[in-house]
Amino acid sequence: MADITTLRTAAETGLSKLFEVRRLKLPGSAIAREEAFRFFEAAGLPHRRVEAFKYTDLRAALREAAPPAEAPSAEAAREAVKTAKGFAEAEAARLTFVNGHLVPALSDLGALPAGVAVTPLTEALTDGDPLTQRFAPVAQANENPIYQLNTAFMADGALIRVAAGAKVERPLHLRFVATGTEAFSTATRTLVVLEEGAEFTLFESHEGPGGVAYQPNDALDAIVADGAVLRHTRLNAEGAQAVALSTISVRLGAKSHIETVNVAAGAVFSRHQIYLLFAGDDATAAVNGATMLGDGQLADSTLLADHAAVGGVSREQFKTVIDGDATGVFQGKIIVQQVAQKTDGKMKSDCLLLSDEGQMMNKPELEIFADDVACGHGATCGAIDDDLLFYLMARGLPRPEAEGLLVQAFLGEALEAITHEDAREAMIGVVETWLAGRR
Amino acid sequence: MPAVQETIDRVRAIDVDQYKYGFETTIEMEKSERGLSEDVIRFISAKKDEPEWMLEWRLDAYRRWLTMKEPEWARVSYDKIDYDNLYYYAAPKRKAAQSLDEIDPEILKTYEKLGIPLREVEALEGIAPQNRVAVDAVFDSVSVATTFKAELAKAGVIFMPISEALREHPELVRKYLGSVVPVTDNFFATLNSAVFSDGSFVYIPPGVRCPMELSTYFRINERDTGQFERTLIIADKGSYVSYLEGCTAPRRDDNQLHAAVVELVALDDAEIKYSTVQNWYPGDAQGRGGIYNFVTKRGDCRGTNSKISWTQVETGSAITWKYPSCILRGDGSQGEFYSIAVSNGMQQVDSGTKMIHLGKNTTSRIISKGISAGRSQNTYRGLVSAHRKATNARNFTNCDSLLIGDQCGAHTVPYIESKNATAVFEHEATTSKISEEQLFYCQQRGLGEEEARALIVNGFVRDVLQQLPMEFAVEAQKLISISLEGSVG
Amino acid sequence: MLEIKNLVVQIEDKRILNGLDLTVNDGEVAAIMGPNGSGKSTLSYVIAGKADYEVLDGEVLLDGENILEMAPDERAAAGLFLAFQYPLEIPGVATMTFLKAALNAQRKARGEEELSTPDFMRRVYGAAEQLEIDRDMLKRALNVGFSGGEKKRMEILQMALLQPRFCVLDETDSGLDIDALRIVSEGVNALRAENRSFLVITHYQRLLNHIVPDTVHVMSQGRVVKSGGKELALELEASGYAEYRATEAA
Repeated sequence: MADITTLRTAAETGLSKLFEVRRLKLPGSAIAREEAFRFFEAAGLPHRRVEAFKYTDLRAALREAAPPAEAPSAEAAREAVKTAKGFAEAEAARLTFVNGHLVPALSDLGALPAGVAVTPLTEALTDGDPLTQRFAPVAQANENPIYQLNTAFMADGALIRVAAGAKVERPLHLRFVATGTEAFSTATRTLVVLEEGAEFTLFESHEGPGGVAYQPNDALDAIVADGAVLRHTRLNAEGAQAVALSTISVRLGAKSHIETVNVAAGAVFSRHQIYLLFAGDDATAAVNGATMLGDGQLADSTLLADHAAVGGVSREQFKTVIDGDATGVFQGKIIVQQVAQKTDGKMKSDCLLLSDEGQMMNKPELEIFADDVACGHGATCGAIDDDLLFYLMARGLPRPEAEGLLVQAFLGEALEAITHEDAREAMIGVVETWLAGRR
Repeated sequence: MPAVQETIDRVRAIDVDQYKYGFETTIEMEKSERGLSEDVIRFISAKKDEPEWMLEWRLDAYRRWLTMKEPEWARVSYDKIDYDNLYYYAAPKRKAAQSLDEIDPEILKTYEKLGIPLREVEALEGIAPQNRVAVDAVFDSVSVATTFKAELAKAGVIFMPISEALREHPELVRKYLGSVVPVTDNFFATLNSAVFSDGSFVYIPPGVRCPMELSTYFRINERDTGQFERTLIIADKGSYVSYLEGCTAPRRDDNQLHAAVVELVALDDAEIKYSTVQNWYPGDAQGRGGIYNFVTKRGDCRGTNSKISWTQVETGSAITWKYPSCILRGDGSQGEFYSIAVSNGMQQVDSGTKMIHLGKNTTSRIISKGISAGRSQNTYRGLVSAHRKATNARNFTNCDSLLIGDQCGAHTVPYIESKNATAVFEHEATTSKISEEQLFYCQQRGLGEEEARALIVNGFVRDVLQQLPMEFAVEAQKLISISLEGSVG
Repeated sequence: MLEIKNLVVQIEDKRILNGLDLTVNDGEVAAIMGPNGSGKSTLSYVIAGKADYEVLDGEVLLDGENILEMAPDERAAAGLFLAFQYPLEIPGVATMTFLKAALNAQRKARGEEELSTPDFMRRVYGAAEQLEIDRDMLKRALNVGFSGGEKKRMEILQMALLQPRFCVLDETDSGLDIDALRIVSEGVNALRAENRSFLVITHYQRLLNHIVPDTVHVMSQGRVVKSGGKELALELEASGYAEYRATEAA
């Protein structure tokens, strides 16, 4: 549709203006930002006729470009963090970000587990830390407009380095909290580098106020070197009006492993993008999602698993529960390149529709260029099994409880993959809270 | 002799020259001028002695087509087609034949070579009435013969070239033409609407079970000529028809365009079973030549409890772009899609189906088997959707790919859209190769490597082959083995 | 009938067989026993001609002819049959179809007439009855969804149908309950004949209570380290493989 010039939307114009104003004030070299923004600008906000955004019309969802949030006052930050519940019970070192800015006073920068080094992103960009050269570990992410916007506007975040061979037991919790009364935007970038044989557990929580249409855009880049293991649990408990965009890009070395589970209940409109590159032989990945949606919400999980090395194993399991007139979207693509013989990829998306108005869009794709592979995908969609419901009710459970039990069991399958017990418990708690809110 | 053995023997008998339908018939042809214009459309319409409304319909389509762009979303790549350099109409010079004796003997010979019986006497020999097949033979732009017309007429079944139907049953054609595939549905369908020359028309009256299989045999012969046939099948209330379609073309170095439209309408309690064995010339091993098969096929289950079933065996064409679909409009209607798509050499296949659930209690079933070999690319692309009112819609999809060799690709792109909580959709897809262990096991039992491979492939596609009428199934099984001959494994 | 001389085999640079010698005479039932990893299954695959195994030295003679250069199907036509430890599943291919294709391929390779369908059916049903295989099973896809015991019985059915000269049974007893073991053993015993020999590979002695061997060979580290009569199996049962493992460690 190159010959059709669409009028730029208010948000697109707004983003361009914001970029003009902000680009020189943001830390680090402006060149990378400039390049990313020009690419974004050329295509504009993606809409329904862009295949990758067929079901998730970002141009319609993002009416205006909200101004980037300034760093909060110490007191405002303290107040905001009081309301943050994500992983609160879990024993972990914490880095706290309020409105996208690292708050050292509320972070354990001085008490990090052995083998873990953290540099605030602002500092790293300003000093030209060599690690900043390792952003965007998966090339395809660079072509994604959401990631491009993040690159252009990233204002804070962290570089986390886990030393070779360090088996870090104590998790690190990245706590993102939003606060305010007027619309604002945030853009954070976190890079995690696991050196050879390192093991590391990362929690991420995103929370914010219900009454503000804020716009977070968070990116997590991860480089998992040979033999390293990264366990990652992410909670989206954004405020009810938030338009929340997030991207995780992971490059896997030989015999490395990633576990990443995204639990989403927040935001009016959210899109979580996962890019996996199997760069080394025999890497394995467990990628799960548990999404629960109510009236007015749309949540999109989009996954790309690119097998570029021999013997990769990927397991993806996404569970979506839809209530009210919510829309769930799952797009997953497994690519097996010609060199990636012996790849074993299995992807599954299941959806439970609890209401008559809800809808689910599934697009599970396979793109296979190697012959000695075992790949598959499955997708199911339907209501709660009446027979099961009846069975439970006949045993004395009232309908809402019976439904709740079945929903819990349904989402539970996706949560089982979370290795860290505290994190798993915390996420089961999120499901329980969501169910309680339904009753 | 078991079919497997036959397949194996057939594979053995093949020389390098695999495509056996690649010959050309030399015959005097009448053609429109090269390229497309309103004049060419008027010429086609006049040739066919069409009613005025038909000409207007065509011209309208042509004007809309001029504003449209060729679709680019499919996973196929080819050099731009020069639409100004094609012939849009080509017909054997002899005047339309009233009996077989008037048909050009060269054409009769052609169909003989292709194994298509046009002489009813020959077709009748030794065949029980229920196994008879009525044939409509389309040679480039026109139908050259239709068999068993009289016998079918006794049952009230109308089976004739669509150009003839336009003259004899204009009210029926006008009522249904374009009602399933609208004129502006897509680039190729719109082009077809402007220039279609012939194809088959079938009408089965209420309550009639068509007494024999109907079939159309398409043959492209003339160079630089597009084939744009149009098929329209209407099964009135409570009727049943099984329709078969076969296609071949000569071997040529350049590409030829085939842009057909098939529309099916099933009214209350009616059933249409539509089977295709597509064996257009696939091009040579270097990817030179072959047919561009850009086809729009759609069935409308308009009535309650109606049923439309598509079965396709796709082995030919350089590029295949087709998605036989079902609109499940009537409550309780059923749609089925069974497909085997084999690609070898440099072939590109982008094929699948759409099952659009609109009515209550509608069900659909998709079984797709893709086999990629050589340097080919084979994509399944499909949509299953349940609209708000499609209470209790059900779909089951199974889509399996088999790779032979490591130079080919197999891709799956399903869209599954559910807007109704009572709809239950299940989708599964797998990709695998013939395992060395399976091959070794078969060889240990005495089967040669090629035999073992053929056996396993036939097992892989069995679910779909079973959907084909017996005679077709045997033919299809042979074709699949032939198509895979010479593939690396 | 079968003579193996100084067989040396490796897979992916790992030496599995180390100069194995073995002779099985006409009509003889020879048992091969040995600890896990001694190379028993490799031996069966090499005899049958599976790819991936690299024969570095030695020969395998069937009736005096070296079969190592032959393709697996040629060996099958020459009368060699391997009952797999893990029979393969072949989706969509009815068992009947498979049996007929295999039988006729072998007959053809030997220049024999194809069997008529009634003749073929009679043979299959006869064998099936003896092995207590339900006729319905023959209509199902080969081995797909069969239990472990059913798969093993199907192997013996094929053996009975194909009438091979030399049969290799690779851990045929694994995964069988006592009833299935009895049925399978009876099937094998019924096939014992003067002009047919067996190589029974097993880890446990219990199979040899049912299929009583003429000779027993112990394998360790890729070669036969001890040979004897059927009493050797009982000795092994009592003493275990420890002695042979110790050799390995040394």
